[in-house]
Amino acid sequence: MNLHGIWAIYRFEMARFGRTIWTSLMVPVITTSLYFIVFGSAIGSQMQQVSDVPYGAFIVPGLMLLAIFSESILNASLGIYMPKFTGTIYELLSAPLTPLETVLGYVGAAATKSVAIGLVILATAYLFVDLPIAHPLAMIGYLVLVAVAFCLFGFAIGIWANGFEQLQVIPLLVVTPLTFLGGAFYSVQILPEPWRTVTLFNPVVYLINGFRWTFFGTADVGLGISLIVTMGFTAACLAWIGWIFSTGWRLKS
Amino acid sequence: MSDDLLRIEGVSKTYKGGVVALHPVDLAIRRGEIFALLGPNGAGKTTLISIVCGIVVPSAGRILVDGEDAVVNYRQVRRRVGLVPQELSTDAFESVLATVTFSRRLFGRSGHSAYIEELLRDLSLWDKRDAKIKDLSGGMKRRVLIAKALAHEPDLLFLDEPSAGVDVSLRRDMWKLVHRLRERGVTIILTTHYIEEAEEMADRVGVISRGKLLLVDDKAALMKKLGKRELDLTLVEPLAAVPTELAEWHPTIENGGHTLRYVFDATEERTGIPSFLRRLGELGIAFKDLETSKSSLEDIFVDLVGDAK
Repeated sequence: MNLHGIWAIYRFEMARFGRTIWTSLMVPVITTSLYFIVFGSAIGSQMQQVSDVPYGAFIVPGLMLLAIFSESILNASLGIYMPKFTGTIYELLSAPLTPLETVLGYVGAAATKSVAIGLVILATAYLFVDLPIAHPLAMIGYLVLVAVAFCLFGFAIGIWANGFEQLQVIPLLVVTPLTFLGGAFYSVQILPEPWRTVTLFNPVVYLINGFRWTFFGTADVGLGISLIVTMGFTAACLAWIGWIFSTGWRLKS
Repeated sequence: MSDDLLRIEGVSKTYKGGVVALHPVDLAIRRGEIFALLGPNGAGKTTLISIVCGIVVPSAGRILVDGEDAVVNYRQVRRRVGLVPQELSTDAFESVLATVTFSRRLFGRSGHSAYIEELLRDLSLWDKRDAKIKDLSGGMKRRVLIAKALAHEPDLLFLDEPSAGVDVSLRRDMWKLVHRLRERGVTIILTTHYIEEAEEMADRVGVISRGKLLLVDDKAALMKKLGKRELDLTLVEPLAAVPTELAEWHPTIENGGHTLRYVFDATEERTGIPSFLRRLGELGIAFKDLETSKSSLEDIFVDLVGDAK
């Protein structure tokens, strides 16, 4: 295995993160604080507990995943898109790297950033609410799993994109709406039919509820099906990336 | 061990839509030589080296580096190949040292190396090692690309239009560097449309046009084989037209009738010069000076590419 090559990509990407570290970390902190002020304090104080969990604490897993989804896609897609844009992709394509090594470098770095941002949001949340974590190890594991899955997705989007606008299309027009409608700020159980059934077709529901289970030991859907959906999404992204490298689609002419 | 470091066998490239960028090419590059691939823009030079480097997928054929298939054993092959691209593609916000170290690691070598310092000093980049690439001039960026290509100590180096957009001083420096690399045993393939560059550096020359490799030969042999010599006579009295008595030599009038030019094949046993001069004497055409010159690689190149059209 070309460990030096993986390390080179990882360091390069982390250096890029380091150049914008304050905006990278301060934006989620400020955004999270605003969500807490609006949803947790202003609206949450008027709401009952959700599944025996105070509303302010209930929204924390959803808030974390909202940031994880967008940051993972953004970081991983930019990571591979920028070499395409600047032309430095020639070096990557001519290097003695397997597809797995390339993905480990880019997705590893993007996932590291996403997890770091997720943990910063968690720390910010503690400033506003009491937040028990029922299964801390599972929480970390799930956080990493979701970050990796969405970084893989972002990596594929970065290869697919032919311009900066396309990089934004899927995160803004698909992922964020699905997250808002996927129970980030409410329990699916409170929705009336047929919306409750319709919502269950949204895969993000399972991701958020799986993560929520690690905090509170309870969720709207079972942990098993959440894990299956998360793993399935990861496998689909891996298959897409595998196909990209085997065909050279949008990488090689 | 074979004399050939690189063998290109029947490699071709047809893009989607049917555009043929490269007709089947067979080419062998000898170990330790400097090979110049000459051709006009769009001839297929960059496509060919991009295929060898793994950037473009060939439609057919195979590439062997020291007997190893560049597709099957791409990891081993790529560790030995370096590429300086034509475009100044760099990571603008990286420092010189960081980007060269990145390249070395990417190709599987440890980043901590005295070699990098030596390389940067060799390319007059050591003083700029902490400078951001965006702050460098075009010529310095070109040096950085060369340093990146050499960072993993390849023994086969591709230089794609190395002189594009660089000043005369840097061009001379690069030529010196290329010769030093060859002395260290690096095999170098350069693509260029600056004939002077090929004439200065190459051991062998390949001419490519419209995706077809027209010929490959030793530079000296090529110039001898295809080169023409010219005899220019500066006349005492200008001529309005070539006298019909000189028709068999096909001379031309240049410089407003003041120069009579006779083109001859230097490789022929009989150049025709004595008889031509004798005939001039008989016709009373006097000349006050004479000069001979040989055609340059550029003339040969223009003839070849022109014939291929």
